[in-house]
Order: sequence, then C-alpha cells, then structure tokens
Amino acid sequence: MDFSDDHFALFELPRAFRLDAAALDARYREIAARVHPDKFAHAGDVERRLSLQWATRINEAYQTLKKPLPRAKYLLHLVGQDVGAENNTAMPTDFLIDQMEWREAVAEARAAGEHHELERLHHRLKHDIGERYDELAVLLDERHDPALAADRVRRLMFLDKLLFEIDDAMAALEE
Amino acid sequence: MALLQIAEPGESAAPHQHKLAVGIDLGTTNSLVATVRSSLSIVLSDELGRPLLPSVVRYMADGVAEVGFDAQEKQALDPRNTIVSVKRFMGRGINDIAHRESMPYEFEDAPGMVRLRTAAGVKSPVEVSADILNTLRQRAEAALGGPLVGAVITVPAYFDDAQRQATKDAARLAGLSVLRLLNEPTAAAIAYGLDNAAEGVYAVYDLGGGTFDISILNLSKGVFEVLSTGGDSALGGDDFDQRIFCWIIEAAKLKPLSVEDARQLLTCAREAKEYLTFHGAAPITARLNSGEVVDLKLTTGIFTEISQTLVAKTIQPVKKALRDAGLTVGEVKGVVMVGGATRMPQVQHAVGEFFKQEPLNNLDPDKVVALGAAMQANLLAGNRAAGDDWLLLDVIPLSLGLETMGGLVEKIIPRNSTIPAARAQEFTTFRDGQTALAVHVVQGEREIVSDCRSLARFELRGIPQMVAGAARIRVTFQVDADGLLAVSARDQTSGVEASVMVKPSYGLSDDEIAGMLKDSMAHTKDDAQRRALKEAQVEAQRLIEAVQSALKSDGELLSPDELAKVDAAIAKLQATALGENRRHITLAMDDLEAETKEFAARRMDKSIRHAFAGKRIDELEKISESAKGKEGNA
Repeated sequence: MDFSDDHFALFELPRAFRLDAAALDARYREIAARVHPDKFAHAGDVERRLSLQWATRINEAYQTLKKPLPRAKYLLHLVGQDVGAENNTAMPTDFLIDQMEWREAVAEARAAGEHHELERLHHRLKHDIGERYDELAVLLDERHDPALAADRVRRLMFLDKLLFEIDDAMAALEE
Repeated sequence: MALLQIAEPGESAAPHQHKLAVGIDLGTTNSLVATVRSSLSIVLSDELGRPLLPSVVRYMADGVAEVGFDAQEKQALDPRNTIVSVKRFMGRGINDIAHRESMPYEFEDAPGMVRLRTAAGVKSPVEVSADILNTLRQRAEAALGGPLVGAVITVPAYFDDAQRQATKDAARLAGLSVLRLLNEPTAAAIAYGLDNAAEGVYAVYDLGGGTFDISILNLSKGVFEVLSTGGDSALGGDDFDQRIFCWIIEAAKLKPLSVEDARQLLTCAREAKEYLTFHGAAPITARLNSGEVVDLKLTTGIFTEISQTLVAKTIQPVKKALRDAGLTVGEVKGVVMVGGATRMPQVQHAVGEFFKQEPLNNLDPDKVVALGAAMQANLLAGNRAAGDDWLLLDVIPLSLGLETMGGLVEKIIPRNSTIPAARAQEFTTFRDGQTALAVHVVQGEREIVSDCRSLARFELRGIPQMVAGAARIRVTFQVDADGLLAVSARDQTSGVEASVMVKPSYGLSDDEIAGMLKDSMAHTKDDAQRRALKEAQVEAQRLIEAVQSALKSDGELLSPDELAKVDAAIAKLQATALGENRRHITLAMDDLEAETKEFAARRMDKSIRHAFAGKRIDELEKISESAKGKEGNA
C-alpha cells in the first residue's frame, strides 16, 4: 500500500463498480484510526503534517468510492475514458425532452407548494436512478464498455443534479 | 502475566505520566473548564465552588479586566464597559451584528472584525474572549498544579471559518496550546456516547445562549461519525430574552430607555425566562432610573406565543440536516438535548413533536459540552492507550468555494465533507497576456458571491504571458482537523510555479497577536518571559516523549547510524531544556524534528501497511505470547 496507489488498492478492494460497501466502510475506518490527526495531536510537526496528508488522502478515496456516481467516473478515469462532462453535452433529444418534463413537474409542484408531490417525484427519480446504476454495473464490470458507460454516466449526472433540485425545492417550501 | 514497568536508571518514567489537558466550553452566556481525573471527566469549579464562569468581561480605566460573576454584577451599573455575549461578535463585521442599536456598546468598524471602545481602550472580540479563556486557564492550572500541555476548545458546529479562526486566535492570546477546535454537538455526543455506550444514529440538538446547532451522528464501535450538521450561528437563548424584553416595553408602555435601564430589563427578561421553566407564570417587577415602575406577569402561554417563530427557526435546520444525512425522523434512535436554552418547555415540546420521541435529558445541558471536550483533550494529549481510544470523524458545516466570472460561486468543497479534506480545481486566464489572477474565497451555500461570506482575497502574480485559456492554474483548498481552511494557487504551465498560502483576512497576524500579548501581560501578574520559557520546556518534553515512545515501538526502522543521530538530538534537547534559553530550546527542537523526519514517514507507512494484515499478525502474536506465558508459569 502506497500513498500514490489508486483508491481501490488503498482499501484492498477489487477494481470494480460493484462494491462490498461493508468492507469499504470497515477498511476506511481501520486506516483512519491509524492516520487521523487526532492520533498525532501530541506528536511533533513532521508527524502532524504526514497525518494530515494521509487522512486527507483516505477521506478523498473513501468519498470517491462510497457513492456510485463518483465511483463510476473514477473507474472510467482509471481506464483513460474521458467522461467529457464539460465539452460533450450533446445528449439525445428524447433524453433532453424527458429532462425538461421532469424540471417542469418540479417547478409546478414547487410553485403550488405541493410538498407531497415533490416527495413523490423524488421517490420516482431515485427508483429510476437505481435501475440505471444496475445497467451501469453490467457495462463496467461485465461488458467492459467504457464508451457506452461514459454516456450513461453523463445521463446520471443530469439526474443527480435533478435530484438535488428537488431537495432544494423541498427545503424552499419548508422555509 | 503481570508486567512490571521498570525504568532504567536515568531514564524518565515520563511517557507514562498523565499529561495535563483540559476541555473548554467557551459559551455565549457561560464558560466552563473540565478535565479527566482518575478516568472521570469533571468540571473544575472556582474557589467558591461555582462551576460556571459567566462569559462577561468588564474593562476599567486602569486597564484591569474583571471576568465572570464580578463583572456580571456590574453590568447594569457600567453597561458600556461590561461586555456580555462577546461570542456573537467573533469573526463578525459591524453589519453582521443584529440588534446593534439596542446594545449599550460603542462599536468601531474595523477590517474583518468589529471592535469595542471601552474604558481600557479599544478591544477586539478576540481579546475579550482571551480574557475569559485566561481566567479558565488560571483556574485549571491552580487546580491541576502545573502548566497545561494543551486544551480542546469547543465551537458551534455551524461556526464558519472566520469565527473558528477568531476562537483559535483568542486561545493563543490566552497562552493556551490548542490541541483541537471541537464542534460543540460532537463534544456532547462523545460525553453522551461514552457514558451510555450508545450505538446507532443520534441527533444532538444544541441551543446555547447565542448559537444553535444540530448534528446527526452515527455511533458505532468506538467511531463517532458526524453525518451532517446545520444550524444558525446567531440564534440562541439571548433571542428569547430579547423577545421578552420587547414584550415588557410594549406591555408596560415604556418610553425610550437609557442603556442602564435597558440592561436591567434584559436581566429581568432572562430571569423570567428561567423562572418559566418550572412555573406557569413569572412576575416581572423593576424600578427604572427614569422613575417608571414595571409590574407585569408573563405567563407560559404568552411566552410560548411570542417565541414561537424562534422555536420554528430551529426546526428548519433540523430538517435540512436530516435530508443531508439521507435519513428520516424514524431512523433517529435518540435526540440528545444540549445547551441551557433547551430547558425551556416549549423547546422540549417542539423537538419531541418533530422527532416523535421524548428528547434525552439525562445529562446536564450546561456541562455536557465541557465534559466531552475534556475527554477528547485527554485522548489528544496521549493519555489513553491505543485500543482504548475512539475515532472522531467530523465535517465542515458550510461549503467552500471560489468566485468565478459574473459573481458566481464555484463550490470546491461541499458542506458536510469529512475533515481533513482537500480538493483542487483548475482555472485558466480569460485574456491574452494575462499575468495575474485574482482569487476570492467564499463560504456558504448560495450561488451568488454577495450572498456568501467572503473569507479571503489574494492575487496570483507572475503567470507567464500566454493566449487566453492556455494557462493552467491549480487552486487547492485544504481544510484541517480544526475545520480551518488554507488555500494555495499554483500556475502549472511552462514549469513556472508561483504559489501563495493565505490566512483568511479576518485572522490576526502573528505580529498583532504578539502586540496584544505584550499589552495583556502588562496588566497581569504573569511574567511573560518565564511563562514563554516554561511553555517551551513543556513543548520540548512533549516532543522528547513522543520520539522516545516511537523509538520504543518502531526503533528497528532505523539503521544503527540513524538511531545514534536521533539519540544525540534527544540528548541535546534534554540538556538544552534544563537551561533558561528559550531560543536554544526551540532550535534544539527543530533539530530533533529534522532528524526524525524520515523516521516519521517510515512509521506512518508501516502503520498503514499493517492496517489489515497487522490485525491478523497481532492475533497470532497474542496466541503465541499466551502460550509462552503458560510455559513460563509451568
């Protein structure tokens, strides 16, 4: 294990999208318990700095692997597949229309103050996202098709943002 | 098999000595200091047996500062020079302070942070807080019989970077070595969790004198993991007093008040609030300097009504924190109540109703934060053995970002990220031949810069001339375990590197701190020189002990030659620390640090390599050890 290892190697996990979440949690905590700055609060400057670097490193690795979207992006990055979120926003028309309909529904519910409707949309979207992750797992772990996986990741980025907007709308209604 | 600890002649037994460390709850209304003694966390009281120190400082014309009860007694007599609730001013500009017009102070606008004009001169909130901390430090040193190795100071979880930095500066000014800034609800969770062996998801609802925090934590097998936090750093018990104060003025139809009368009525308001915790109605009587007489009765019903919006204001952040944690009310196992203001029945009722369960009140809401801080201080000082400790994973409360084109915010580190955390982002130039880039660091959740708190501005200069968009400038945010931010920017193109570290603009410079230290020393009995020397000696001892215990466990990582060098550096520091020259001690410490740099890196690598494998080896060793033990006994 080395500072420059990839995130999967750091936690001794196979490099795959499907992940043993319990193992990731346990191993993260195992290393965190050894490198956390709290273990070095009484040590000298050198050790304190090393601990800060390592703790930062494993926190970043853990956050990347814990959630499916950053994990998928990271896997694609490891095989050199550009997700191209910035320059490749040309999505198929049907997907974009679908997105517009979702956003309209959220805006309407928000304007009408319908908290329950927002909760329903949230639930439905979560379900939809879940199914897309199942598909992504097959593309990444079995079919090894990074190009198609990158396309699916881009779509999921849209949906993730939409989920965030629904959260925002619910928060706005509560205020 | 019992093991005897035998010290070699001349070798100090110090590594096993208990180090003096304290936890300090620097509160809006009251402050406390606690420590762990015989493995029990206890609050240290003053010579009259009073655990709380009112967070009140009165400045007199001769420069002397009165702190605590003495100052509190005189607040109605000398309101201008008697500073209460100074925590509300920490890291705040003049325009951030609510109800400024009804306060008796003479504010002075200053860059970064407001100042107060007093009889003893212009005071920064940092200096006022330092006077409170200094009193607590002296109390602790008298009780424990020696200088402190360090302190854990608690801050509201929702404190932003400016407020945290100001708190750390105040501690430094008070001569305290800060082991860690710890979030108040997290400190409470430690005290509650350890005392009750709690496991599962807990919410800590912390309504103090001037701040409100909500933290959602997962407690499991010695790990305290903060899942999310939220709150309002300008909402607390003080605001309930203010509501009663306004009600009194209206109900008694009072004319505009003098500062003395206003202070007296605010005290009446606070007393009525406290009375209502145990009674259905509170009498409010006062004879004002203006000659007017107040004689009113405040009922629980009226109080609940006039404070309804305040209580509701605490529930919004609770909802947000739950959503951020991805949890629902039903998944929360218990709600720990912290802060004196949670004694109000209407608060208890609202929290119980929201979480659909009785809140947990089996801890003293005034003391729990200090007790938890003391436990953490004891751990950080190295007084607990490995395996007998716990791991604390905390988060930052507010997103950190940069201003981009058009006054928009680009978030770099989102709120609720586990700390320490770092994130880098690349930016580029937008004009041909541009050689400088302005970096503006902000904190907050809004998308527009003017709605967020500005933390720092700096310029990266010396970028080589290129066409627009060709430069690659990497801006790195690093948040440490105290939740404090450092930002650096580097131009990665054409091998030219320019980098700058910023300390946010509201922070005090080292020179300012030194100047304030000198000023404060002029008015105390402490001898600054002696104190600084003593501190250096304690630091040196701490370093020697840390290296010696490292050598004991991992000495084999060094070659005999390297080991000899480290030993020589230790011996030199030991000899120097016996002397009276502070500068020589600091130099000898630097030498020892330099000599152990490579050793530290090897130890860290070894520790991480053994994170998983080590466990299995340890198990085997234990088995073979016990087998050996049996042979020996037979």
